[in-house]
Amino acid sequence: MGNALQSLVASMDPYLMQILVNIGIAIVLALGLNVIVGLAGQLSLGHAAFMSIGAFTSAMITIKTGLPFSLNLAATGVVTALVAALIGFPILRLTGDYLAICTLGFAEIVKVFFLNFQPTNKALGLTVPGAHTAIPMPIYVAVVVVLSVLVATFVQSSRFGRALKAIREDEIAAEAMGIDAARYKIQAFALGSFMAGVAGGLYAHFLSYINPSDFGFLKSVDMLSMVVLGGLGSVPGTVLGAAVLASAPEFLRFMAQYRMLVYGALLVFLMVFRPNGLLGGVNFTELVLRALKMKPRKRS
Amino acid sequence: MFLQQLINGVALGSVYALIALGYTMVYGIITLINFAHGEIFMVGAFVGLLLISYFKVNVFIAIVGAMIVCMIMGVLIERIAYRPLRKSSRLSALISAIGVSIFLSSLALMLFGADAKGFPDSAFPVRQLRIGSADVSTLQLLIIGVSACLMLGLEFIVQKTKIGKAMRATSEDYNTAALMGIDVNRVISFTFALGSALAAAGGVLVGVLFNAVSFNMGLMAGLKAFAAAVLGGIGSIPGAMLGGLLLGVSEVFGVAIGYSSYRDAIAFAILVLVLLVKPTGLLGQKITKKV
Repeated sequence: MGNALQSLVASMDPYLMQILVNIGIAIVLALGLNVIVGLAGQLSLGHAAFMSIGAFTSAMITIKTGLPFSLNLAATGVVTALVAALIGFPILRLTGDYLAICTLGFAEIVKVFFLNFQPTNKALGLTVPGAHTAIPMPIYVAVVVVLSVLVATFVQSSRFGRALKAIREDEIAAEAMGIDAARYKIQAFALGSFMAGVAGGLYAHFLSYINPSDFGFLKSVDMLSMVVLGGLGSVPGTVLGAAVLASAPEFLRFMAQYRMLVYGALLVFLMVFRPNGLLGGVNFTELVLRALKMKPRKRS
Repeated sequence: MFLQQLINGVALGSVYALIALGYTMVYGIITLINFAHGEIFMVGAFVGLLLISYFKVNVFIAIVGAMIVCMIMGVLIERIAYRPLRKSSRLSALISAIGVSIFLSSLALMLFGADAKGFPDSAFPVRQLRIGSADVSTLQLLIIGVSACLMLGLEFIVQKTKIGKAMRATSEDYNTAALMGIDVNRVISFTFALGSALAAAGGVLVGVLFNAVSFNMGLMAGLKAFAAAVLGGIGSIPGAMLGGLLLGVSEVFGVAIGYSSYRDAIAFAILVLVLLVKPTGLLGQKITKKV
């Protein structure tokens, strides 16, 4: 099976493939962050830290052990989630912007830690050997994306997701209704970080080179822009936001050096004209039902 | 040795404090983390550099010039990128701010190139003075002096003038202030102008101190200044000054005792530790929330 898939991947245009994989990894990251920011309403400016923890953990597992890649990814996710829970335990007591700056600070500390960490080659970065698997990386990314979308959709309407939304709307009222806010926030943090860790592992093995400086503040900001641009708390919105922003630098490539300039301006204009995100406030089930004439149009 | 490092730290810290003031004032009034603020600091440094190298003005006039340019820029940014979003969610405004910041830094990259630019030697005659056991350069004294004057000026504006009173009222309660006949839009524009001017002054001072101005100098300085503002309790003006000085001094001491490769982590480690003990910063007010 591995060979057939490999030839399938090899038959595709490598440039297109690379863009698609980038989009896929961005979707997993953004969906993870959406659980923390969109559902639980906890602003995190340091999601890249968990991606870097995942990337380095996964790379070290590949280098030191012979674990198959699927188990490697699972282990990476668990390690990242554990780290997130450990950190989340003290800092999730903070609220709002104090939490945001704490996650930002934590991300900078993680970056500096890896920049000075001998086993991962300090600032030189780590060259990642090939994953222990016959299945090519793009297939792995595709599978993980599908799984993430399923998990995110399931979480949205589950008891867990409803508890998170209650905390987002009003933490004190939620606690009064018997929701253990601290526990749920840590779980949301851990789940989002699990996905970031897995995405980090995929990223490390797809690029086969990782450097601590790649996971700086701007990377966290990228992910946050995807979530907010797509529409906070909406799974289709997050997927769209991630796809648009991850491919934007490629579409804007014809503008050469004006690329980032336009990207910045684009963010401002999109926010000014769609302040709730591209798909924020759009209910998909209702749209489908309306299109099928099973539900009357809302009269305004 | 101790005195020497203390002076180095205070010089660096007063620049952090200047930038942090802009964050804290804007936050106090419209609860927006203005991520473009670090970029305004960078633009200020470039304006100062241009004024000194092309118009051969002295450093004080360069500071004033940079302050005026950035004042206008700060007000314009608020008009274009933040005002339309004032009624929508705070995250949207945050992303808009990030967009502005990306825009400005890539604009600077295009206009001035990727390598750091230095000031001409004639910018400020540096002399070494000996105070006790410490070598102090006139440059450090300039930085500490200018920052102190600016902060005193700010304190005067906020506490003693009519517009300062309006600022305080708006930060206390936006809607009530508007009902009392305060033109809140004017107050917000004024706040942006004030904060941007302070950041611009900080930019020129940092540019002269390190003799380097580059398109990405705003990012780390902005993040650290934001950390300083939160450390002191965001929204509190004395808090921002205290936080800036504290971060500057501890960073310099951290480097002095041999942790130079951890330089950027020191500020954030202190921030995280302080917030764990005092969740609203050193001088922040405790917020009691009701349902």
